[in-house]
Amino acid sequence: MAIPAAAWQGGERTGGRLALTGSWNAEHAAALEGVVAAALAKSTTAGPVAIECSALVGFDTLGAYLIHKLATGLGSGGHPVEIVGLTPAQRILLDEVSVTIRQPEARSELGNAYRILSDIGEGVVDAGRDVAGGVSFFGSVVIALGRLFTGRTRLRFPAVVAQLERVGLRSVPIIVLISFLVGAIISQQSVFQLRPYGTVQFVADLIGILSLRELAVLLTSIMIAGRSGSSFTAELGSMKMREEVDALETMGMDPIEVLVLPRLLALIIAMPLLTFLSAMASIGGGALVAMVYGGVSADVFFSRLQNAIALNTFLVGMIKAPFMALVIGITACIEGFAVRGSAESLGTHTTASVVKSIFMVIVVDGLFAMFFAAIDY
Amino acid sequence: MAERNGHDRDDDPPGTRQPGGTIIEVRDLAVGFGERLIMDGLDLDVRRGEILGVVGASGTGKSVLLRTIIGLIRQRRGQIRVFGHDMGTIGERRRRLIEQRWGILFQHGALFSSLTVKQNIQFPMREYLKLSEPLLDEMAMVKLHLVGLKPEAAERYPSELSGGMIKRAALARALALDPEIVFLDEPTSGLDPIGAADFDELIATLQKTLGLTVFMVTHDLDSLAGICDRIAALGDGKVLHEGTIDEMKQQRHPWLQAYFNGPRARASHVHTRSRGA
Ligand SMILES: Nc1ncnc2c1ncn2[C@@H]1O[C@H](COP(=O)(O)OP(=O)(O)OP(=O)(O)O)[C@@H](O)[C@H]1O
Ligand SMILES: [Mg+2]
Repeated sequence: MAIPAAAWQGGERTGGRLALTGSWNAEHAAALEGVVAAALAKSTTAGPVAIECSALVGFDTLGAYLIHKLATGLGSGGHPVEIVGLTPAQRILLDEVSVTIRQPEARSELGNAYRILSDIGEGVVDAGRDVAGGVSFFGSVVIALGRLFTGRTRLRFPAVVAQLERVGLRSVPIIVLISFLVGAIISQQSVFQLRPYGTVQFVADLIGILSLRELAVLLTSIMIAGRSGSSFTAELGSMKMREEVDALETMGMDPIEVLVLPRLLALIIAMPLLTFLSAMASIGGGALVAMVYGGVSADVFFSRLQNAIALNTFLVGMIKAPFMALVIGITACIEGFAVRGSAESLGTHTTASVVKSIFMVIVVDGLFAMFFAAIDY
Repeated sequence: MAERNGHDRDDDPPGTRQPGGTIIEVRDLAVGFGERLIMDGLDLDVRRGEILGVVGASGTGKSVLLRTIIGLIRQRRGQIRVFGHDMGTIGERRRRLIEQRWGILFQHGALFSSLTVKQNIQFPMREYLKLSEPLLDEMAMVKLHLVGLKPEAAERYPSELSGGMIKRAALARALALDPEIVFLDEPTSGLDPIGAADFDELIATLQKTLGLTVFMVTHDLDSLAGICDRIAALGDGKVLHEGTIDEMKQQRHPWLQAYFNGPRARASHVHTRSRGA
């Protein structure tokens, strides 16, 4: 009884009667579509039609819409269609759902070749916009810094300290661990490769210079981009989504000053410290492996290390750290402010933040390498 | 009317099926966060086919009660029966079936931000109904029309809607599966008076035509006077009183006095209009 059906009765040429039975509701959705299509296909009547609903168990909005659709379909030939046997409540419901659906016209289908070209074009424009956006954002940060130093606005000291704890202190364990392990791995490989030449002790030079000049700052930057950059983007992005940024602005506060500066300053302070720890950890890891696996005594290792590195080796790494912090912080904040209303956009921008920061870090590192080589430092 | 015949419905105890039967039964409910008990010993019945208005001062736990009934917050004590099934002991599978039979309009809409309005409405339909793609589109448009949104709104994202449009779109999504119960958390707040009246009328129409049961948290005295069959007032962790609006006005409790006989109540239709049978 519950199964919905529609049966044509007395198929006189002049008109017809379509009897609906069963419950026309969402539960029988799949069957209903078939019933309606079949009833329409079998309609041979050339006259007025009555849709008889008195035997219906009931219907919901889906059923009501389908009855409406059936009536519209049957009436398309110009003959009147009457729906009979409805209770007053059913009549109201039917009227409520009786809309003529005007499908929004499908967007014109463009060819594949066209789409590829337009994607490339968009990509180029976006890249250009990224650069312009980055420069203008950097400008606003510099202006905010200027206001800070000329005393026209105060430094939000507690915010900086709170951020410093999050990006600095809490990153220490993971950065130290990773650096230690990478140092150990590089040392193991070096010992292995140097052993045939009997120059195992040079592992100290290798580890020392590599860690201080490149490894520590790169590892730290990549870890910070993944750990803190992503969280900056997500925080700023969700504040943007919930209009918190707008609220700040209407209270006469500059989001760059309140949200960006503390984060950026905390990063700039934390990065050199973390880089230093990372360098120490990777040298420590390297030393341990050199002693245990390479059989280099501690005396030899550290005296070679002392010979190999000078103050400038150390400074080369440390000078880069604040610049990396700037690159990561600015990229993360730009992406955060670019978030639009949806959760998906938050995800996209967080990913973009990490990917772009890491890319930029490596580009900047390359530029520094060229620079230091040129000035022979 | 509009009785559904799914196997899950056949499990319902007969008492809950006819109009006027108790469809939601809350007994001795206690809910708390940390040290604080928000509700303590609350009893409430919702009958099939009625519109129940839930009122109470801000922070008395109306939203918490709603969220507890639909299972988003666990109670400390007490029993909740929906369609006669004890929600505390019901299995996962039966629970899913019951969840398809109610629709919820959250206080802030809770539309999925990365889906368009149309996709939001189609989301539960796609999951639970076997509809063809064109019919899915058409049904989404029907629901939009039902809640009074223009077809143009279908392709917009929630972040591109006004507050009132969000409410309407969220109601359309709550109605997507033609539920038997809808829970509305302040449906008319943030709507203009005309929009709010339309909204009330829509809810009343759905109740009359679909036999919908409505659990409505509201501060809107016009809705309470205009469409609610019964009102339950929360306070002190309990239901202070439940009854029709006229009964509420007779109550001695100071908060109820202030609420139903205050200046705003006098300004609204509470005194001039009372709901017929
Ligand atoms: N997740 C939560 N954790 C802790 N406390 C909560 C939580 N959710 C609600 N509360 C507290 O429970 C109480 C009741 O909150 P609820 O949101 O139900 O109020 P309400 O009656 O709906 O108020 P309004 O009319 O303003 O919407 C409030 O005091 C609130 O602080
Ligand atoms: Mg609330």
